[in-house]
Amino acid sequence: MQDRDQPLLAVQDLRTWFELRRWVFARAGYVKAVDGVTFELPRGEALALVGESGSGKTSLARTVLGLYKPTSGDVVFEGMPLSQLKKGQMRAYRADLGYVQQDPYGALPPFLSLRSILAEPLKVHRIRDKNEQDQRINEVLEEVKLTPVSDFIQKFPHMLSGGQQQRAVIARAMILRPKLIAADEPVSMLDASVRIEILKLLRRVQEAHNLAVIYITHDLSTVRYFSERIFIMYAARTVEKAPTESLLEYHFHPYTQALLAAIPDPDPKNAETFRDVPAGEPPSLVNPPPGCRFHPRCPHAIEGLCEVEQSPTFEPQPEHYVECWLYRDEKRVEEGE
Amino acid sequence: MAGNLLKVNDLVLHFRTTKGVVQAVDGVTFDMNRNEALAVIGESGCGKTSLVRAILRLLPKNVHTYTGNVFLNGVDTMKYSEERFRSEMRWVSMSLVAQAAMNALNPVLRVGDQVAEPLVVHQGLRKPEALAQASEVFRLVGVSEDFLGRYAFELSGGMRQRAIIAMALITKPDLVVLDEPTSALDMLTQANIMNVLKSIKRELEQSFIFITHDVATTSELCDRGAVMYAGQIAELGNSQQFYLDPYHPYAQKLMASVPTLHEKKELEFIPGQPPSLISPPTGCRFAARCHRRFEMCDQEPPLFELDDGRFVKCWLYK
Amino acid sequence: MTIVKKFLETIRRYPTAVISATIILALIAVAVYAVIAIPLPRAIYLWRGADQVWSDTPRNAQPAWTNLFRSKKLPETFVVRVDDVDGTVEQLGDAMWRETTLLTFDYKESAFPREMNVFFDVEFETREPQVTITWISPDGSERRLFRGNVRPGQRYAISQDKTLQRALGELPHVGLLADPETTGQEDVDPEVWKGEYALKVEALTFEEGSTVSGRLVVYGDVYGIAGTDHLRRDLAVGLLWGTPIALMFGLLATIGTTILGFVIAAFGTWFGGWVDQIIQRITEVNLMLPFLPILIMVGTFYSRSIWVMLAVIIALSIFTAALKAYRAMFMQVKNSPYIEAARAYGASNSRIIFRYLIPKIIPVLIPNFVIGIPQFVFLEASLSVLGLGDPTLPTWGKILTNAYQGGALYRGYYYWVLEPAILLMITGLSFSMLGFALDRVFNPRLRGI
Repeated sequence: MQDRDQPLLAVQDLRTWFELRRWVFARAGYVKAVDGVTFELPRGEALALVGESGSGKTSLARTVLGLYKPTSGDVVFEGMPLSQLKKGQMRAYRADLGYVQQDPYGALPPFLSLRSILAEPLKVHRIRDKNEQDQRINEVLEEVKLTPVSDFIQKFPHMLSGGQQQRAVIARAMILRPKLIAADEPVSMLDASVRIEILKLLRRVQEAHNLAVIYITHDLSTVRYFSERIFIMYAARTVEKAPTESLLEYHFHPYTQALLAAIPDPDPKNAETFRDVPAGEPPSLVNPPPGCRFHPRCPHAIEGLCEVEQSPTFEPQPEHYVECWLYRDEKRVEEGE
Repeated sequence: MAGNLLKVNDLVLHFRTTKGVVQAVDGVTFDMNRNEALAVIGESGCGKTSLVRAILRLLPKNVHTYTGNVFLNGVDTMKYSEERFRSEMRWVSMSLVAQAAMNALNPVLRVGDQVAEPLVVHQGLRKPEALAQASEVFRLVGVSEDFLGRYAFELSGGMRQRAIIAMALITKPDLVVLDEPTSALDMLTQANIMNVLKSIKRELEQSFIFITHDVATTSELCDRGAVMYAGQIAELGNSQQFYLDPYHPYAQKLMASVPTLHEKKELEFIPGQPPSLISPPTGCRFAARCHRRFEMCDQEPPLFELDDGRFVKCWLYK
Repeated sequence: MTIVKKFLETIRRYPTAVISATIILALIAVAVYAVIAIPLPRAIYLWRGADQVWSDTPRNAQPAWTNLFRSKKLPETFVVRVDDVDGTVEQLGDAMWRETTLLTFDYKESAFPREMNVFFDVEFETREPQVTITWISPDGSERRLFRGNVRPGQRYAISQDKTLQRALGELPHVGLLADPETTGQEDVDPEVWKGEYALKVEALTFEEGSTVSGRLVVYGDVYGIAGTDHLRRDLAVGLLWGTPIALMFGLLATIGTTILGFVIAAFGTWFGGWVDQIIQRITEVNLMLPFLPILIMVGTFYSRSIWVMLAVIIALSIFTAALKAYRAMFMQVKNSPYIEAARAYGASNSRIIFRYLIPKIIPVLIPNFVIGIPQFVFLEASLSVLGLGDPTLPTWGKILTNAYQGGALYRGYYYWVLEPAILLMITGLSFSMLGFALDRVFNPRLRGI
């Protein structure tokens, strides 16, 4: 396979299951946090993973980052499956990834100065020359607009505001010149007025370096501004995958429809009507319902079908994929995009 | 007619800390009618949680100043003694759904017992009667009465939040203050809880103060809205005015920074940070970040009342 | 850096911290002084020494400053030396010289001393000198006390001279200093005859270069800053030297236990799995082991050296409840976002443990560390009292043991018990107070208390 044609990241039928132990040895079952996810991500594209807590989106990101080992399936980066990487190659892989976390203060060690924090990844990857370190640190702080740099490098995390802390986290994620950034709810703990600032910064960084971004959030309303594609996750599976505009226009899956219906815009008319929202809660990941996992809450569930068999993927619009029996008359898609 | 339920007048709450005096609530004035839901929007550090504490008199030990008037049904509760406030006001006429309250359920008590507790404590009811009322209020919030006998860990996040709301409603208070009631919840659960609050408002004609940083969610419930900045109210108006056409520059910028799903909009953000509450700047507190400041802004503007009934703390509307 | 700043902030904000820090600094100063002024070998020598070393001090004497609180003051101990006084030398023959020295002293005490000794220091080749000692009372009357040949290191114990005692009718150290009219009577107590006394020492030497020197020691009831014990040892030496030993023991034990416990807990928590399980099981077994009996066994059957004891104590103290507490703290931090970020950028396990995990918990450690020091100080003292202390070293615990065995409280020698006890208490209190104050700064959640 040519380098040019191959996507940066390819995930193939990925499953990440965690063992539940009752006693030291007895196994009580598995938490199936990611249960059959397949997609490709080229460079320069931002992908939004939207789902509620417990949908598996964070576990998916962590598996891609190499923090969890896949139970089956594979994460393929630049053509190389991660499971086949040796220790040294794995470390090199990590330099190609950046991780931006949800809690900006928790993501920074409170006892190190900003300079030390930024130098750590460099040291881990054996960039020990002081000058080179300084240069990279300068570069990256300029980019996230924590300037004047000389001021900020000596500060400690608690001296920074939430927005500044998150910029520092982004700086750290960028310092090894990665090709992919995983941002897990990067703005949900920030104030409303700061969120846009940080999201715009991430977008700018992505465009400047042609990065691939996996942007995880539960807040659909920010997604249209910052991603090319949206994946909706429910109960460890991707129920709908589409380019942003297509998803917002044609929300095929009933769950997507429910999400879109549930999210209010600030409009005084909202107070006059009740929202049409499915009752119930997301299912347990240890014992998901048989068949389609959304069927207990789905207003359009087809009796005899949805509760029996998991739907395959259909493509009702070009590039727009849904896992729902309602579209069984549309073009059917096998494993892989 | 205005303010026939609650009138807050120049409420001040300052805390003493090792770093200085934090002027968390610095002269807040507003009023509310019965069967009205008021949103109080603000970002972190604006003093909205302290406002909750000030109204409900849930004060820590390091209070420096606590003055002003809080008229509930015409009576100034600030003049009540501690004991009287506790027995007659708190959780009798005014109750609170605190931030992350669903995590504050006592894990060793049954949910029904906890929800019924305010009745036992404040109205001296016996357990069976209190539980009967708990059952009724569970119906209101949409939780099956089977759950009365369960423990907190057996309930999902959404159900626990409903239980907490039930506990706040059970003494039929005049006013319920909700402090970030849906922040920790999933979107679908959030929508469900807002539906619950809507139905309670209609069925009981309940009045709410809804305090949060999540602007969009408040529009589901609230008839009026107020924006807090640096310990003061910047703008107060009815929901039409507040959400669609705010006057105060901060409120305008805030609304412009809320991402909308269903309509396309150019998002803005506000550069800079809110001022420290320990030594707030003289003059208008938003002036440093305001895109429309002018010379008058060096003095602190009063809260102007406009003809259309809204209040704006800005010299532009003199 | 922030740790130092927090430390200073504590001291600034809490008066108890200032007081205790001052006390601790004072203790450290005393310890340093002790080690410099009396080097260890000398200290051991002094502490083991019998009469030869402590010849000039009385047994069980109270500290001299207690006289400040008495109207009727107890007599002090003093020494008059031949070498300090010029004597006259006469040559009586070819090989015979007589040196006469007059040792005068003013006896102003209102009570009698408890003992008087004359120590001789002579040098000769083959022929011993002959010495005559005459007592001269304030009125000039003389009484010959001693005449005879003198060997090196010989002692004339005036107080034990039975002949003299019969002659005086009272104990010699009483009779020689008493008003003659009050001596030798049944129903009358002798009264002190205050005035200038003299001891005439006439030394007959029979060789060139032979010398006689010596001193009169009058043993009072008080001596020095700290008094003396049953072996005439100046307690000040023991108390002084007890300070560095106590502090060192406490410090080393605490450092050893804390650091090792910490690192082991960190490793166990981070790696989880069987490593963690083994460490936990070892801890649980260790918690059941009887601490003191094991120490007693080691002390009895193996060695009582303070280093051996220290090593055993550290070994037994690592795997304790404290380790479980550290583990709990590490478990919380283990899942912090910044640790996860470190794994994401590829940090190695040891880097994470030493550079990210441990520094986060160290502030919590510091107050515990400070409070732990007195625990070990008391442990050392307890071991001494049980008889397991290092027999060569002067420690506070040893002094207490001696006091107990010497029946101090029964015989009224309160200072003997109080001095080491108060020092132990001060040490314990000051470290604890400092530790609690540090706790309030390093663990702000406790601040309200």
